[in-house]
Amino acid sequence: MNSSSNSIQTGFKVIQPGILSLLQDAGRFGKHNIGLTNGGPLDKLSYNWANRLLNNDVNACVIEASIGGLVLESLVDTQIAVTGGDAELSINNQTVASWQTHSIKSGDKIAFGFAQNATRHYFAVKGGFQVEPMFGSCATVAREKLGGLNGSALQAGDYLPCSSVSQAEVTHQSKVSLSDRPNYLGEMILRVVLGYQEAAFSDLEKARFFNSKFTISDKCDRMGFRLTGPEIKTDLKSMLSEGICFGAIQIPADGQPIILLNDRQTIGGYPKIGSILSLDIPKLTQRLPGSVIHFEAISMNDAQQQLHLAHYRYQNTQTTIIKD
Amino acid sequence: MKIEVAGENSLILYFGDTTAPEISAQVQQASQKLTTVLGDYIIDQVTSYASLLLIFDPLAIDQLTVRKIIHDSLNSDESNAIDSNENTTSSRQSIVELPVYYSEESGPELSLISKNSGLSIDEIINLHQSLTYRVYAIGFAPGFAFLGQVDERIASPRLSTPRLKVPRGAVGIADRQTAIYPDVSPGGWNLIGLCPSRMFDPDSTPHMPVSVGDEVRFKGISKDEFLDLGGEIGDYR
Repeated sequence: MNSSSNSIQTGFKVIQPGILSLLQDAGRFGKHNIGLTNGGPLDKLSYNWANRLLNNDVNACVIEASIGGLVLESLVDTQIAVTGGDAELSINNQTVASWQTHSIKSGDKIAFGFAQNATRHYFAVKGGFQVEPMFGSCATVAREKLGGLNGSALQAGDYLPCSSVSQAEVTHQSKVSLSDRPNYLGEMILRVVLGYQEAAFSDLEKARFFNSKFTISDKCDRMGFRLTGPEIKTDLKSMLSEGICFGAIQIPADGQPIILLNDRQTIGGYPKIGSILSLDIPKLTQRLPGSVIHFEAISMNDAQQQLHLAHYRYQNTQTTIIKD
Repeated sequence: MKIEVAGENSLILYFGDTTAPEISAQVQQASQKLTTVLGDYIIDQVTSYASLLLIFDPLAIDQLTVRKIIHDSLNSDESNAIDSNENTTSSRQSIVELPVYYSEESGPELSLISKNSGLSIDEIINLHQSLTYRVYAIGFAPGFAFLGQVDERIASPRLSTPRLKVPRGAVGIADRQTAIYPDVSPGGWNLIGLCPSRMFDPDSTPHMPVSVGDEVRFKGISKDEFLDLGGEIGDYR
């Protein structure tokens, strides 16, 4: 860390870490050759909005707080933004709105309640948290002991450095309009690009996969979400281990799909039927066990078109300035 | 070579479906070529036994163009002929010798393999050192290199109950693969010794003593040598 003990410390102190709070940037890429996974935000869209509200770099380091319970004390004047889940947010015990910026003074206490339905929260500060990247990224992957402060989740007493922004420098507060925020509730349809070993799944098994409902099990973490539903069978007896991309749907011997996410192992030897469209991943990762999922097929070309459209829409959606 | 879709921005190239040095060499060669021709369009790659997963930036290039570039650069007969000659004798791969302290103290499954194979413990240790292995893939954990293939006589299925804790440096066998655990982790491989070398070090360059495509030989060392080289006999649980 670049904060020496005799310089003035500007940043935040972790009073309570909550259920699982991790420093994350956009992720660690280009390191699969030495076995490193990506890490990064489980809800990329909310992560992007948190930084966008503050005009931060697109790769700035934020806190991903899962479920809630995170309590921070500011040791600095700055501006913050919180996006993502639905846990109540308070500043000095006053409830405040998410999806918008707030000015913070040194000594302020910021606390998250607990999520009801949408579980991943992104807490960004102006300029991002200033931690030393490891392998080009500050994304925390606890399994690899990489990223964050020392490769692990935030703990009480941790100090998170960031720069100071005086109140005079804050020209306005801004928010994301309600209509522009993602909706995580309601029916969950995850679009699937068929691929990998899809040929080893018969038409009957594919029909079963696309016409059945699946449920998020309680075995879910940043490596993958295990689903429960009808057993999906494959004729494939064994295969060589191969590279696993983000969102790949692995079907192990018990026929229960596992959707592989940010902290997945980079290689594995179970059959995969395809991969979830990345735009739909936050719908999954925001939700709690018991949530119902349907799958829908999408071609790779259509998927790429959807990525372009989503990017265009995001770039052309403006934040709204709030009059003080 | 066969190309399949992997995901919205990923294609997987298959060069066969068996573990063989020639196939692994083709994977390596393709990876190096595509790195050159696709450059910044590539976000990441995973080279494994017989496949190459290519992840590209879907906002910067479309899959049809990527496929065309793959075909143009890998399927031209002339370049293949020249490159395959170069690659089998390869200038890029190196032979890495790794020391191992083989013993029942450091390798709790030596007795199990001995019981199942009918070989003596010394024979198992000698067979493990008798071959040169190829690094087929790196994954599972940072720095975990899958090496193949061990002599059929010492091939052993994974433990039915994986250990909760395998010490750093543990040398294991699973089927015909062998590997060194770069750090403490759970694991189900049959452990036969301990290697004092760091297999993954975030603070040094390179981070690993081996890369995919390299060749590895193991050399037996005594307990004293193991300790002198900084080895530690960790916990097995």
